[in-house]
Amino acid sequence: MDTMRDRFAPVVSRLLEEDPRVAVVLAEIGLAGFEEAQHRHPDRVINVGIREQLLIGAGAGLALTGLRPVVHTFASFLVERPFEQVKLDLGHQDVGAVLVSASASFDWPAGGYTHMAPGDVALLDTLDGWTVHVPGHPDEAETLLRHAVAAGDDKVYVRLSEQSNAEALAVDGTRFLTVREGRAGVVVAVGPMLDEVLDATEGLGVTVLYATTVRPFDSAALRRATEAAGTDVVLVEPYLAGTSTAVANDALADLPHRVLGLGVGRRELRRYGLIEEHVTAHGLDAGALRARIGEFLGQRARVRV
Amino acid sequence: MTTEAVKRRNEYDGYADLPGLMGLMSGDEKHGPAATSTLDALWVLYDRVLRVTPERADDPARDRFLLSKGHGPMAYYAVLAAKGFVPVDWLPEFGSYDSPLGHHPDRVLVPGAEIGSGSLGHGLPIAVGTALGLQAQGLYDPRVWVLVGDAELDEGSNHEAIAYAGPAGLDRLHTVVIDNSSASYALPGGIAARFEAAGWSAETVDGRDHEALYAAFTAPHPGRPRVVVARVEPKDA
Repeated sequence: MDTMRDRFAPVVSRLLEEDPRVAVVLAEIGLAGFEEAQHRHPDRVINVGIREQLLIGAGAGLALTGLRPVVHTFASFLVERPFEQVKLDLGHQDVGAVLVSASASFDWPAGGYTHMAPGDVALLDTLDGWTVHVPGHPDEAETLLRHAVAAGDDKVYVRLSEQSNAEALAVDGTRFLTVREGRAGVVVAVGPMLDEVLDATEGLGVTVLYATTVRPFDSAALRRATEAAGTDVVLVEPYLAGTSTAVANDALADLPHRVLGLGVGRRELRRYGLIEEHVTAHGLDAGALRARIGEFLGQRARVRV
Repeated sequence: MTTEAVKRRNEYDGYADLPGLMGLMSGDEKHGPAATSTLDALWVLYDRVLRVTPERADDPARDRFLLSKGHGPMAYYAVLAAKGFVPVDWLPEFGSYDSPLGHHPDRVLVPGAEIGSGSLGHGLPIAVGTALGLQAQGLYDPRVWVLVGDAELDEGSNHEAIAYAGPAGLDRLHTVVIDNSSASYALPGGIAARFEAAGWSAETVDGRDHEALYAAFTAPHPGRPRVVVARVEPKDA
């Protein structure tokens, strides 16, 4: 199967043809995919070299002239390194952009911690007005990229990953989907965590919601799910554990409830290897998830082996 | 000067009025031009170089002026008031809770301000993007100007923009460096030399000499971005 990243340049190259407002800003990473588009639209496919502060600042300048910049590099260099530019050049200047990251939390484990960004979504959570899409399949990535570019002058982050579910679902760029219904609790699976969560919760009698647009958080969907399934809530996120715990708590603020936030741990592992080995190390494989979710739900989960 | 002394805007339209306009903000009637390093460069730009007026503030084909050095914005507000972008009666409340005029400008609040600034090192990269955005839309006429301070050039983000803009041939991009010798670590001639090494057209002039500033601002520089280093009295002299 191709990856979300394989879809990025072809989709955005088509958008360059369809919409004269669209401009792509790159910092070397991903340039090869835009070779043809750059030939056709040399003024709207811009590579600033390995300069990530300029990457965001130039994107903001394009937006100030009325364009819709699509800005791309690895998550560590797109959100973390130029974070003040994200805060000021976009937010404070009151202009929008679509930031599309690759590499996610540990897409290239052999590359080590310098290329891991489990904190990207949590960082954006310190800012106002960001939409955050976390597709779980290349087809969903394509849909959400189109949504992001079409979203007026909104600030949108699209988090592409090598991790993927086997099948795409019909995501709409706004709402959570109900994938499974039960009465023993609600598990929210974010993006590429869905397959592991479905395996992990087989027979537990829980409702499983699938979230690919996590900001704004679909609080209404979570509340609706708790009406039948109760207010024990587990979040399984492919980035820093607990990133959405606060918004889930806010969604249920007037109800007695419990929230367990699972995701990537804070501790630097200082390990290389494979994605699957990092999934396991962070307790995010189906077996570990089943144990942690089962323990949290206790007697309520009807565990069948 | 009290608010009773605030006059209609068309009575404040010359260089000689700027100290009085600044006095409305500082409460110091004797506020002279020497107290602000950017005043003369700003005046020459808005009076004789920039093709922008309050009526053209939303015109896609206007020249863009980006104040990157956002601290000490009284001279900027005074010039914007003298040119009719900002009402003169806003000036006395400078910095108060209800005032649109902060100690760092906010483009959302200040008519005519192209960017909000305050954190150093943001204007030049945004100016690069603005120049690219105009070019991408076939707006070949408007020019982009950004004003930075000499110590602001300590910030590495500027050097990402400088190093890109020269080789990219962004000839619509212009930088004014107000050099009041405020950088702790600097070498004589270092500012212009760094821009020149990146392929910019560079000139260093007396930042109080209006004719010299005007000549430097309007000199041709085909195929290259332009920097004018405007030297003024040292900050700590």
